[in-house]
Amino acid sequence: MFEVLEAKNLAPDIRYLRIEAPKIARRRKPGQFVIVRASSNGERIPLTIADAHPAEGWIALICQGVGKTTRQLNTVAAGDRIPDLAGPLGMPSRIERFGNVVAIGGGVGTAIAYPTAAALKEAGNRVVAIIGGRSREYIILEDEMRAVADEVYPTTDDGSYGYHGLVTGPLADLITSGPPIDLVLAIGPIPMMKAVAELTRPHAIETVVSLNPIMVDGTGMCGGCRVEVGGETKFACVDGPEFDAHQVDFELLTRRNTAYRDFEQQRLNEWNASRHDPLGAAL
Amino acid sequence: MNELTLKERMQMSRVAMPEQYPDSRRRNFTEVNLGLTPELAIEEARRCLMCRRAVCIEGCPVGVRITDFIDLVAEGEFDQAAKVIKQDNSLPAICGRVCPQEHQCEGACVLARKGKPIAIGALERFVADYELENDLMQTYSPPHRTGKRVAVVGSGPAGLACATDLARLGHEVTVFEALHELGGVLVYGIPEFRLPKEIVQKEIAQLEEMGVAFVTNAVIGMMDSIDDLLGEEGFEAVFLGVGAGLPRFPQVPGENLIGVYSANEFLTRVNLMKAYRADSDTPLLDLRGRAVSVFGGGNTAMDAVRTAVRLGAAPASIIYRRSEEEMPARREEVHHARQEGVRFSMLATPLEFFGNSAGFLEAVHLQRMELGDPDEGGRRRPVPVPGSEWIEEVGVAVIAIGNSPNPLLPRATPDLDQTRWGTLVTDETTGRTTKRGVFAGGDIVTGGATVILAMGAGRVAAASIDEYLRSGIWTPPKDPAEVTG
Repeated sequence: MFEVLEAKNLAPDIRYLRIEAPKIARRRKPGQFVIVRASSNGERIPLTIADAHPAEGWIALICQGVGKTTRQLNTVAAGDRIPDLAGPLGMPSRIERFGNVVAIGGGVGTAIAYPTAAALKEAGNRVVAIIGGRSREYIILEDEMRAVADEVYPTTDDGSYGYHGLVTGPLADLITSGPPIDLVLAIGPIPMMKAVAELTRPHAIETVVSLNPIMVDGTGMCGGCRVEVGGETKFACVDGPEFDAHQVDFELLTRRNTAYRDFEQQRLNEWNASRHDPLGAAL
Repeated sequence: MNELTLKERMQMSRVAMPEQYPDSRRRNFTEVNLGLTPELAIEEARRCLMCRRAVCIEGCPVGVRITDFIDLVAEGEFDQAAKVIKQDNSLPAICGRVCPQEHQCEGACVLARKGKPIAIGALERFVADYELENDLMQTYSPPHRTGKRVAVVGSGPAGLACATDLARLGHEVTVFEALHELGGVLVYGIPEFRLPKEIVQKEIAQLEEMGVAFVTNAVIGMMDSIDDLLGEEGFEAVFLGVGAGLPRFPQVPGENLIGVYSANEFLTRVNLMKAYRADSDTPLLDLRGRAVSVFGGGNTAMDAVRTAVRLGAAPASIIYRRSEEEMPARREEVHHARQEGVRFSMLATPLEFFGNSAGFLEAVHLQRMELGDPDEGGRRRPVPVPGSEWIEEVGVAVIAIGNSPNPLLPRATPDLDQTRWGTLVTDETTGRTTKRGVFAGGDIVTGGATVILAMGAGRVAAASIDEYLRSGIWTPPKDPAEVTG
C-alpha cells in the first residue's frame, strides 16, 4: 500500500497526488511512468511520474479524470492508501545538450512534459515552453514551468488567457522568427502531437512525443501497448513511451485507443450514477 | 501391501478422471477436472506394478518418489503420501494439474505401452488436494537458520520452487514479483478452469508460513537493480526466475488491428484482471457470437481458445501451421478443447489480417501449409502450398506463438551475458549466470517451456545457491560450447 501524502486539484478534473514511494522516487528518471491500480478490482493504468523527491521518498502523479478509473483515483485524499503502484517503467527521456528546445504540453500533457523540460534545462539547454489548455483554468504547472524555462507561452482555445488558439500557433511563430530550434518535445492529446509533428516535419526539426496507448502490465509482457514507429511495431512500455514524432503512426494509436470505448462509457455512467446516489454506491 | 497379483493388476483399467460435462463447463470458469475420489485413487494406486527400476521417476524432472507415494495411496495413507511427494516437489497440487505427464512420468510408465499408464498426475493432485482440504500441511521448519539472505526475482514456478528449497535449507528468502499478485504464469496465464487460483494461493501461503517473504509491485531492474539487491539490500545471492517476456507476433500486415491480442494479453485480462466478471474494471472485447481464432498449438493456445469458448466465442478455432501430431500442447488439453467444441484447423498460417475503417479486425488471409523436411528440433518444417490462400471471417485473433525474453533485466544489468536469442547464459547444472552471486532458471534461460521444467531449474539453482553460500566459491558458467541457450 502506498500512502497519499498530499492531494489537490490543479484544474477541473485534474488532480495532483503526492505519494510515498521511496524506491520509485530514488530510481525514477524524467519520462518514466508507473502502473497504478486504484482499487481491488480496478484496472492497471499507466501514469507518467510528474515529479519525485528521492530524499523525501515521494513521487507526484497528475491525473485527469476521464473514465471511471481515473475519476476514482482522483477521489483519493491525503492519508488514503493506493493498493498498487509499480515502477518506474519505460525508457527515460533522452536528456542531452541539444541547444534550443521547445517543450510543449497540452492539457494534462504539461504534467508529463514538465519533468523532462526541467531536466533539459538542467542539461544546459535553452528551454521555451508552450503550455495549452481549453481555457485559463485548464493551464497547469505554469509557475513550475516558468521556474525552469527561459520563456513560457500559455495558450487557450477560448482566448481566456495567453495566446488565443492552439499550441501550434506560438510554435509556428518560433519556427519562423525565433532562433533555430534543435528539439521539440510535444506531449498532449494525440491530435495535438500529430499537429506538432506535421508542423516541424517540413523544417526537419527533431520532434519527440510521449505516447499513451492502452496498457495492462507495463513491463512488456502483454503487448497491448503496440504502436507503429517507422513501420515497425514497438511496445510503448519497454521501447518508449517517447518516440520520434515524425515516425509515429498516430492514426493507428488513435484507433487502438478506442478499442473499449463503449465499455469505458458504460463504466463511467455507472460510476457517475453511484456518485450522485449514495444508496446506489452501497449496492 | 498390495495383495493383487501382477496379472490382476495388469488387467485393471485406468480410472477415468471425473470431469464436468462439456456442455456445462463451456459456460463456466470452474475447474474442468473434478479430481479423484479416495476410492478411485486407491483403485488406481493398486494398479501400479511397483517396478523395481521405477522408470516413472526417471521421467520426472524433479524426481518425485512416485512408487513410494503410490504405495502409500494404495494403503489409504494419503497424508504420508503427501509428505513423500513434498520432499521433491513443493507444488504438487499445481504440478498434478499442469505437468505434461504423458511426456514424463506417465510416458515412461511400463503400462504406457498398453495404453494405460498409471494416472500419476491425477494421483499426485489427489494427494495434494487431500492435504490442502484437510489442512494437513506440515510446516517444514528448517533445522537451523543460516542467516544468509537470498532474493528470488519472479514468483512463478521457478521462483517458488527455488524459494521453497532455500527456505528448507534455512536461508532467509524474499521473493520479488513485478505484478500486483503472486504466482506469475500460474495466475496470469493458466486459466481458473485448469488451475484454480485458490490452489496457487494456498501453496504460496504455505511458503509464507515457512518464513518466505513476498514483495509485490517490485519490478527488479527498474526499481531495485540486481546490484542494489546484492549491495545495500543485503542479499548474498539472487535467483532470476522472471519468465519469458515479450509476446511474439507473426510479423504480418494488420497484426496491430484492434482485436488481435497476444495470448499473454488476452489471458492476463481474463485470468489476472478477471475481465469476465461483471465487477471488473478491466475490459475485453465482447466475444459472444463472434469467430475467435487462436494461432498456435501449445498449452497457451489451448488455454486461450478454451477461455474464448467460455466467453461465448462461436466458432472458437485453433489455427496451427503444422499438423496435430506436432502440437506441443498436452494431449488432455487438446482432448478437452475438442470436447468443448473447439474447431481445429491444421496446416494453416496467417498472411494478413484485415479490418474495418474503425480499425477492428474482420478477417484473416490464410495459407495452407504442408510438412517438409525436419528442422533442427526434429519436427517437420511447415512449407507454404502455393495458390492455397483463402480468407476467413474472424472477430478476435489471439496470437500464441511464443515469447521472446524480456529485455528489462538484461538491459539494466550489462554484466549478465545473454545468448543470441536474448535468454540468459547459465551453467545448466548449477544455474549460475555470468554475474557473481546471480543464478537463473526457467523460461528466462530456456525460452518458453513448462511449469515443471521451470520448477526443476529453480530447484537446481537452489542447491547450487546453497553450495555457494556455504563455500563462498564462485565458478562462472563453463566455456560457451557447454552453455545452455
